[in-house]
Amino acid sequence: MKKNWLKSVSLFTIVTMLTGCDPLLVLDPKGPQAQVQAKDIMLSIGIMSFIVLIVFVILAYMLMKYRASKQSPDYKPPHIKGSTMVEIICVGIPVLIVAYMSIISVQSNYKVESTPEKYKDEKPLVIYASTSNWKWHFSYPKEDIETVNYLYIPAERPIEFKLYSYGPITSFWIPQLGGQKYAMADMVNTLHLAADMPGEFMGRNANFNGKGFAENTFNVTAVTHDEFDDWVKEVKETADLLTEEKFNTLLEPGHVGQSTYNGTHLTFLPAPEGENGGHQHGSSHVKDHVSQ
Amino acid sequence: MDYFERFAIPHPSPAIYASMVAICLTVIAIIVGLTYFKKWGYLWREWLTTVDHKRIGIMYLISAILMLFRGGADAIMMRAQMAVPDNKLLDAQHYNEIFTTHGTVMIIFMAMPFIMAFMNYIVPLQIGARDVAFPRLNALSFWLFFMGAMLLNISFVIGGSPDAGWTNYFPLASNEFSQSVGTNYYLFALQISGLGTLITGINMIVTILKMRAPGMTLMKMPMFTWSSFVANVIIVFAFPVLTVALVMGTFDRLFATNFFTTSNGGMDMLWANFFWVWGHPEVYILILPAFGLYSEIISTFSGRNLYGYKSMVGSMVIISFLSFLVWTHHFFTMGQGALTNSIFSITTMAIAVPTGVKIFNWLFTLWKGKIVFTTPMLYSMLFIPTFTIGGVTGVMLGMSAADYQYHNTMFLVAHFHMVIIPGVVFAMLAGLHYYWPKMFGFMLNEKIGKVTAWIIAISTLLAFMPMFFSGLDGQARRMYTYSASTGFGMWNMISFIGAIGLTIGFMLIVYNVYYSIRYAPRNVGSDPWDARTLEWATPSPVPYYNFARVPHVISTEALWDAKYRQHDLFPKQYENIHMPNNSGVPFILGCIFFAWGFSFVFGMWIPTIVTTVGIFICMAHRSLEKDPGHYVSVEKVKATESKLRGSQS
Ligand code: HEM
Ligand SMILES: [Cu+2]
Ligand SMILES: [Cu+2]
Repeated sequence: MKKNWLKSVSLFTIVTMLTGCDPLLVLDPKGPQAQVQAKDIMLSIGIMSFIVLIVFVILAYMLMKYRASKQSPDYKPPHIKGSTMVEIICVGIPVLIVAYMSIISVQSNYKVESTPEKYKDEKPLVIYASTSNWKWHFSYPKEDIETVNYLYIPAERPIEFKLYSYGPITSFWIPQLGGQKYAMADMVNTLHLAADMPGEFMGRNANFNGKGFAENTFNVTAVTHDEFDDWVKEVKETADLLTEEKFNTLLEPGHVGQSTYNGTHLTFLPAPEGENGGHQHGSSHVKDHVSQ
Repeated sequence: MDYFERFAIPHPSPAIYASMVAICLTVIAIIVGLTYFKKWGYLWREWLTTVDHKRIGIMYLISAILMLFRGGADAIMMRAQMAVPDNKLLDAQHYNEIFTTHGTVMIIFMAMPFIMAFMNYIVPLQIGARDVAFPRLNALSFWLFFMGAMLLNISFVIGGSPDAGWTNYFPLASNEFSQSVGTNYYLFALQISGLGTLITGINMIVTILKMRAPGMTLMKMPMFTWSSFVANVIIVFAFPVLTVALVMGTFDRLFATNFFTTSNGGMDMLWANFFWVWGHPEVYILILPAFGLYSEIISTFSGRNLYGYKSMVGSMVIISFLSFLVWTHHFFTMGQGALTNSIFSITTMAIAVPTGVKIFNWLFTLWKGKIVFTTPMLYSMLFIPTFTIGGVTGVMLGMSAADYQYHNTMFLVAHFHMVIIPGVVFAMLAGLHYYWPKMFGFMLNEKIGKVTAWIIAISTLLAFMPMFFSGLDGQARRMYTYSASTGFGMWNMISFIGAIGLTIGFMLIVYNVYYSIRYAPRNVGSDPWDARTLEWATPSPVPYYNFARVPHVISTEALWDAKYRQHDLFPKQYENIHMPNNSGVPFILGCIFFAWGFSFVFGMWIPTIVTTVGIFICMAHRSLEKDPGHYVSVEKVKATESKLRGSQS
């Protein structure tokens, strides 16, 4: 385990240097979920490079040694049946590797699908993230505010995103905080993220949804708890009320800039969740939430 | 006016008008040429009505190469658009149509006919058969495929190309979000060619099970035949799913049903499930015959028998099973929970084991061999390292938690191109060079061939390796542009250079064909590579009855036995040969299907009904027809043989 970690770190440095000091976003995690994923990625790069290396070495050896041009003209290659020993090795080692990676994969699955261990004691902040062509609507039900195309979140607090869509399937993705998940019209998906520190992050829709797809992005700002509370207070004092009428104009296809509202669309247009809303196909968290 | 507006060009641009003119001129040139040289009769008798599996194979081959250039033109436009940030070469709509047709054309109308070409040409020869089990059905398969391809290709001049991605996810592909008829084209083009593929699947399975030469037990079949057999079994199980999904999608778009819509109980995930229950096995339909080709080539040019024949067969059978158990890895991010993701993560990574077995078997086939670097062998040797990189990144994608970060990014695009280009395209090019003398009686130029192989391999790396990095840096796929601040510029520029290299490589192949037609020596004999399997035991080009006398086989390497182990492959006696008659019905039926699809695309109901009736008339005609085929007499066989074999025995 320790050795693997070492290998990951050294590979990480190589990859980082290759890219001219700016680390690749996914490998520069700023939250626990993205960290799990980056670690898995580096680990698998390590193991896989090892396999690639073996194949390259065997291939090079065979090609050097058994070239016709290096052999006597009357050399006749033998007829060789397979060997059980060789086959046991060729199956056995990959089976062990796949088994090991499966264990890692299963563990990571449960980690990224639940509130990060690190922040178990904090109460998650629930944000409904929905899309319409080609924008993002973020509703904070508890705070009773809503933003368009930008996110304000407190650092060091777990966030529970509730994802759904007013149109084609989209995918909610903030690479530095964690991998993506789909937002669909007939159900609500839950994505657990958290930021370890204040900062600015890139967020976007990663699933093609038509003409405006490339610009279907949003900004994420993580701030301290206090700053977050201040922001909420400020919004409540200054922002306009989100009326049903206003929201319907927002839903029309097109690009709009960032904006902020008092109240959320959830009051007049609830998300497709709950016992009869959509089919949660096995997403335990959605069910948990419903039964609470 | 309303009526005609549907046919209008949805995307008026100089490029589209130019291609319209080009298409018209080409069609006129072909018609004039055929008339001038009085070739209509030849074309009709020898090609359009042929039921000869070899001719059908060659027609598949020509279509595949044409479509490679069609899809390649899309690819180079995409790469050019992405080469620099904020590029204005293409707009969003145009880019969306291009990546959609690129994906569709490459998978369905390039890679598929390429494998079909080799399956059609080689399998009957490898098993010592005179033709496939149902020759006329085989012709129908080809014409259905071809008409499907044409239907998709006219979309970009009449009515609009599909623009919802080759995955065509609903609800994006529904009327609400894709208003042009593009998606209708997609649905019918795939439906019609898919029917052709399904028919081929059944045809090939029956051929392989029923028509093998005496002595050829299942475990004595050459590896390419085995791989084709497994691939066709997958076809028969997977394609009906596509058929049903396409029908449901068609109903949603044309008859206002709600299978995949966002309201009235429609389930968008149902499309994703159907699509990938077909789509993942489809990948193995493409790759397994490619593996078969590599097995033949590597063993021929190592001068050795294939290492681990049984484990090769076993691993293919296991892969064919597993290929149906992994479809969900295409939407790990659909919110199906940790348990489901874990199960599919494990099944996905498990496929790496049998695939690895194959790679090691090829490596050990080289062991103690006598390796000759011909062009086909060079492709095969370049395939191993490149494909390994693509393959291991597949295992990385299989870790579902990590896939949350790879999904829908350029990392994925890099992965599947690094698998599919070395895996399928290299194999097809290797097979093209390898079987060219069998098909046409002369060799492709080796020098040009080798230079091309190197250019293509290096360009593949240049074009796709950068995408691994830009993907991990947050570049989503299918974006038509990006801003300079993202820093993706450098990666995409390198990719563009690689894409130019690939273009040059593919053009060199055409040049090689031209050059070799002009300058290559003829009469290279039936076995120019010192090969091992049965297809090389008959003259090149192959007489229409394949084998004058039915061979008797004792091992997987029939020709090798005959050459070096004193086995008498052919019996002494000649016999009259029974052959099927040509028929124009498959071609006519194909044309009717084309008109049928076109009418459906635009919702023109009267022509739809007329063509539907036409289809049934053709089928009735076949049921009532009595066509016993014909016999080729012993004298004629002997005469043909002595002419073909000429001086060389
Ligand atoms: C000849 C060199 C090729 C180049 C330069 C190339 C380039 C590309 C590019 C730029 C994309 C779109 C990426 C995006 O924006 O999402 C793409 C997508 C794709 N390519 Fe290729 N490609 C090539 C060959 C092939 C081949 C040979 C195949 C298949 C046999 C293939 C199959 C696909 C598929 C299925 C997609 C997905 C389309 C989609 O996103 O809907 N490509 N390719
Ligand atoms: Cu669902
Ligand atoms: Cu798959």
